[in-house]
Amino acid sequence: MQSKQIKHPFLTRRDVIGYAILAAVIFLLLPAVLDSFRLNLFGKYLTYAFVAVGLVLCWGAGGILSLGQGIFFGLGGYCMAMFLKLEASTPENTSIQSTPGIPDFMDWNQLTALPWWWEPFYSLPLTLLAVVAVPVMFAFVIGFAMFTRRVSGVYFAIITQAVVAILTILIIGQQGFTGGVNGITDLRTLFGWDIRTEEAKTTLYFVNGALLFVVLMVAQFVRRSKLGRLLIAMRDQPDRVRFSGYDVAKFKIFIFCLGAGFAGIGGAMFTLQVGFMSPTLIGIVPSIEMVIFCAVGGRLSIIGAVYGALVVNWAKTTFSESFPELWLFGLGALFIAVVMAFPNGLAGVWAQHIEPRLLKLWPGSAKQPAAPAAEKTPAE
Amino acid sequence: MLDHTNKNFVLMVEGLTVSFDGFKAVNDLSFYVEPNECRVIIGPNGAGKTTVLDLICGRTRATSGAISFKGKDLLKMREDQIVHAGVGRKFQTPSVYEDLTVFANLELSYPKGHSVFGALFFKRDQAVRQRIEEIAEMIFLSDMLTQKAAFLSHGQKQWLEIGMLLIQDPELLMLDEPVAGMSVAERKKTAELLRRIVADRSVIVIEHDMGFVADIATRVTVLHQGQVLSEGSMEHVQNDPKVVEVYLGH
Repeated sequence: MQSKQIKHPFLTRRDVIGYAILAAVIFLLLPAVLDSFRLNLFGKYLTYAFVAVGLVLCWGAGGILSLGQGIFFGLGGYCMAMFLKLEASTPENTSIQSTPGIPDFMDWNQLTALPWWWEPFYSLPLTLLAVVAVPVMFAFVIGFAMFTRRVSGVYFAIITQAVVAILTILIIGQQGFTGGVNGITDLRTLFGWDIRTEEAKTTLYFVNGALLFVVLMVAQFVRRSKLGRLLIAMRDQPDRVRFSGYDVAKFKIFIFCLGAGFAGIGGAMFTLQVGFMSPTLIGIVPSIEMVIFCAVGGRLSIIGAVYGALVVNWAKTTFSESFPELWLFGLGALFIAVVMAFPNGLAGVWAQHIEPRLLKLWPGSAKQPAAPAAEKTPAE
Repeated sequence: MLDHTNKNFVLMVEGLTVSFDGFKAVNDLSFYVEPNECRVIIGPNGAGKTTVLDLICGRTRATSGAISFKGKDLLKMREDQIVHAGVGRKFQTPSVYEDLTVFANLELSYPKGHSVFGALFFKRDQAVRQRIEEIAEMIFLSDMLTQKAAFLSHGQKQWLEIGMLLIQDPELLMLDEPVAGMSVAERKKTAELLRRIVADRSVIVIEHDMGFVADIATRVTVLHQGQVLSEGSMEHVQNDPKVVEVYLGH
């Protein structure tokens, strides 16, 4: 039988080129052209790429639109912030407090002892575990409750929004335990290493980039596995998948938890690079913005999501420096424009318009056949 | 509960009733399917044909009655468990994964790697490839394996969905209007395909095309207002005055 072998390799040549270009941008281009202040800003933008990549899997592939990824970003970020805060709150540093040795905001709120659930965050290994485990467990609870009851689509999106609202209200309300609306601030050192210096920030930028690539490779693996194709099948024909013998809810829970885990890592890196974590960073508006990063980058493209996070955040900084009131309108207009004109985002524009032209310019590649039908999903 | 303890039946449906807000779509329905039988269910629109299939495969929950498949009580099982017990079901409108290739469509239906981690670490070995090629040949789609399912014709999508069920090797296959929208030539090929399928399993088919029904049916059940109006060979059913009345009166 002369059957053409159908392969879903881990990386196609196109993927390799895409990831190589992305690596060059993150590890060479940006550090070369940006001063350390701007580089730190881009490091912050890249922490949102963790969330956007998770959304590519959940929303783009699996059709699960979560407007609540800020929850998981925040949980990861808060776990890291709690560790750093405890390290910063040595009895010497806090000797002016009425109870030295506990975080300053607890003292201001008349707490006299550290709550028991803060205790594990004295340990770095437990903290690193919690950065991933807490968001994943929370996502599991939400996912289990929703997906086994077959809540999906718009209803699920609304519920995630409600959970974001509840969580931020809870954090703000429980000021003594969480730092309230100010968040957890005045973070100084990580195991004695001062994270506020320029060198530390540059180092953290590269650590962040490396972690992002680990996450990208995990996402790529999932996307290329049978589970990745199953997600697309579930998105388009949930009943057919169910009546082919799959328990659809379990797969939805899995991918939702995976996205939450990614977001948690991003949140922790945010805290490390920016130096604080607060409820305003993870509320309803930031959660919707995270979906926009993914949509602008291209909700089907893992690499596109990273560029989406970079471009939108860069635009946000640039515009809101000049026209702070107009930014939210601009963001809304951008989202509408993307959905109406470029449903596959930047990645779609690249795959449909830029790449074919580049290939024509490339000598000798003119006779190269178009990507095989199986690979036509825009820009991966 | 079941009074027919005859081991020869693959599927026993007894006293099956489902009511939607008081409307009984299926009302005290009983029928029995034997091994290697091709049972065709016919009846006017709204007779409850599709609902019967929905009840058997677990998509709709019965109000009362019993459905027993090889001695297992299907009413107590989840949809995916019913599939694993050996019941396959094709939907009325072709439900294939349009964004995936024909090969991937069949592969996802291959009965292996159905757990989350099983799917994540699923390896496409020679046995899988061979089985997919075998099925593709059976459903006349050998040349289309690398095509996206979206590019198939309507009839080819119907075949693909039948193939997706065949690859699971179910003991009971339920097809809801498998030749709807097919050309005459395609109908002939489908009838031939069905005859090959029935050799190894039981099949329940819902169909309107009487020529096609006569071609494939072992027995015919006529449904009317959620109840069995007549049952027997095609000839018997066609000559039953009650059936004639319902169809003419309609």
